[in-house]
Amino acid sequence: MKALPFVYHGARCFHLDQKNHQAAVAAPVSRPAGRHTATLVPGDGVGPELMGGVREVFKAAGAPVDFEEMFISEVSPNTSADLDTVVESFRRNKVGLKGILTTPTTFKGGVLQTLNMKIRRELDLFANVVCVRSLPGFQTRHNNLDFIIIREQTEGEYSALEHESVPGVIECLKIVTEENSMRIAKFAFDYAMRHNRKKVTAVHKANIMKLGDGLFMRCCEEVSKLYPKIEFETMIIDNCCMQLVSNPYQFDVMVMPNLYGNIVDNLAAGLVGGAGVVPGESYSSSVAVFEQGARHAFAEAVGKDIANPTATLLTSCNMLRHMHLEHHARVIEDTVLKVVKGGKIRTKDMGGHSSTSDFISEVIYCLP
Amino acid sequence: MAGKTMLINLLKNLNKPTSFSKYIGPCVTQLQNQPCSNTSRHYSSQNRLVTMIPGDGIGPEISVAVKQIFSAAGVPIDWEDVDVTPVKGPDGMFRLPPKIFESMERTKVGLKGPLATPIGKGHQSLNLALRKAFALYANVRPCKSIEGYETPYKNVDIVTIRENTEGEYSGIEHVIVDGVVQSIKLITENASMRVAEYAFKYARDNRRSTVTAVHKANIMRMSDGLFLKCCREVAAKNKDIRFSEMYLDTVCLNLVQDPGSFDVLVMPNLYGDILSDLCAGLIGGLGVTPSGNIGEEGALFESVHGTAPDIAGQNKANPTALLLSSVMMLRYMELTSYADRIENAAFSVIREGQHLTGDLGGQSTCSAFTDEICRKVQAS
Repeated sequence: MKALPFVYHGARCFHLDQKNHQAAVAAPVSRPAGRHTATLVPGDGVGPELMGGVREVFKAAGAPVDFEEMFISEVSPNTSADLDTVVESFRRNKVGLKGILTTPTTFKGGVLQTLNMKIRRELDLFANVVCVRSLPGFQTRHNNLDFIIIREQTEGEYSALEHESVPGVIECLKIVTEENSMRIAKFAFDYAMRHNRKKVTAVHKANIMKLGDGLFMRCCEEVSKLYPKIEFETMIIDNCCMQLVSNPYQFDVMVMPNLYGNIVDNLAAGLVGGAGVVPGESYSSSVAVFEQGARHAFAEAVGKDIANPTATLLTSCNMLRHMHLEHHARVIEDTVLKVVKGGKIRTKDMGGHSSTSDFISEVIYCLP
Repeated sequence: MAGKTMLINLLKNLNKPTSFSKYIGPCVTQLQNQPCSNTSRHYSSQNRLVTMIPGDGIGPEISVAVKQIFSAAGVPIDWEDVDVTPVKGPDGMFRLPPKIFESMERTKVGLKGPLATPIGKGHQSLNLALRKAFALYANVRPCKSIEGYETPYKNVDIVTIRENTEGEYSGIEHVIVDGVVQSIKLITENASMRVAEYAFKYARDNRRSTVTAVHKANIMRMSDGLFLKCCREVAAKNKDIRFSEMYLDTVCLNLVQDPGSFDVLVMPNLYGDILSDLCAGLIGGLGVTPSGNIGEEGALFESVHGTAPDIAGQNKANPTALLLSSVMMLRYMELTSYADRIENAAFSVIREGQHLTGDLGGQSTCSAFTDEICRKVQAS
């Protein structure tokens, strides 16, 4: 890549705070000499633009990561790579960065599973984690939020089992299994332990779906007994949504089945500034895939250079951290947060007038 | 009955090719909807009868408040109070007293306070029973920001219309093998068409501009796909109302960021349950949110908040939700002028902020709040 021209339209970023800089260097962080490989799926919509930004920032920060890029898409099947190749790449590298894959709404019969579901199912990415944090210096209706949403994402409503019993009557199956419910419950409590969290809230609709959601809730209850240090509570999904908009500060770690996770992820992302600012990650027992917290391809913004790269950059930092590249993760994350906090360079969704590339250049300029 | 004879006569005239048919059309529908059509006209000297289920906890207090405000406004309605405490049947099972069904059968319109749901007592739920008996297929909840009761969200004015009979709440579930449960979500064309048609009718009657169908057809391609297809079909017949469709997750994301951009939302059961409570949260909770269940055979309006047993009988309860529900009921009964007067009075009392109950941030009692609204209603 050729050197970026340092031409700026907005005000300049402050020089990096000297004290912070020293702290970053002084901390015992690993700086391995070798290079790492990660799979990169740019996704649909603005995905390719944002991933291009990530690559530029990685290069400027000297992050020792090589990307194995493959394009896969359901809306443009002609240029799409094979599912097996992509899955094999994720499996081999054990880590990857993924954009958002759009699903066409018009269903013309045939396979019910979407590409997203297939990838998750193939890799068994059972746990999705979204850390909802207010960005320092960016005011929304609720500030200083900090909670975690853990979502089961292999079964439930996303089982893709539907059939037409008689014309005009459709049955859609929601599958809940004890095995997967126990697994996600355990994941949530382990996560809470490891990150020094105090409380786990299981979200459900067991008053209506007594067997299905009842099973999920029972599994969470059972697992909670193994973690006496962590407080456990349950909440019905409709009440949970109402509490989230009126008093979101009460939440710490939340665990829930698939569809509710989708709802709460997006709702919570809305609370802290929208789909463009919240990072997310998905785990199987061996593979970690990093993608945005609220999954919107933002197809209407393609080529307009207006999408907010914050979420994608923060996601990539989480990936670096997962790869034990703590130093690079911290440097990039601090810089992104600093640019956001500075408030001069912001994309439209955050109330600014800057473009995607302005933001990326500013981050690169501010890198220590 | 006079109405019935008139109907028969009109029907006899149907096959005669006269200009009558123009007149028969709307008249017949009206007679079907309200069998006692002569009493449904609000210029009639006779008052209409409405079933009142005061409910438990704070229910009796707030229903008295509503009655007091109604009589202050001179609304031509008589109340028929019904107790719904379950009674033991001959088979030893607790059931709802038949009186509630008889009363609703007669009046076709009901107003209901909060009910304590006894968990695991094994008797049928009142909501479910009434929903079945009167085919209450649509749940309507208008959520409008209330001036004088500030929340972080401004300019909310959303109506959620929820399909109320099927979907995830079909109640069909079974254990396939140990540890594997299958819950069935049922979507039918009939129910989807019915609720979509109601949504457009509601939008037109209430001078709303846009109906948005909320779905998840990218995941549940057939079931939500069918719901969406029905909405599109109905939208094509109602070109005067704008139609848009949106994913459930996108709606959630945008609702908390820019609630002002939504108008009427129509959706299947579970999504409606979640979004209606979410919208209530935007304007300050269930204590200020009215709700109505519209059916083919009648309609039931209710407050959806809890029974608040801790403040029951202490004259501290807030009757706003039940009062606004009763305003919805008046609109449904086409007593619009009374509805407007009562609603304006209630909103202006909250706006002035002098006589607010504890949950709205004031120190007033339920009766003081009610008296103030009565005074405003009489003055208007």
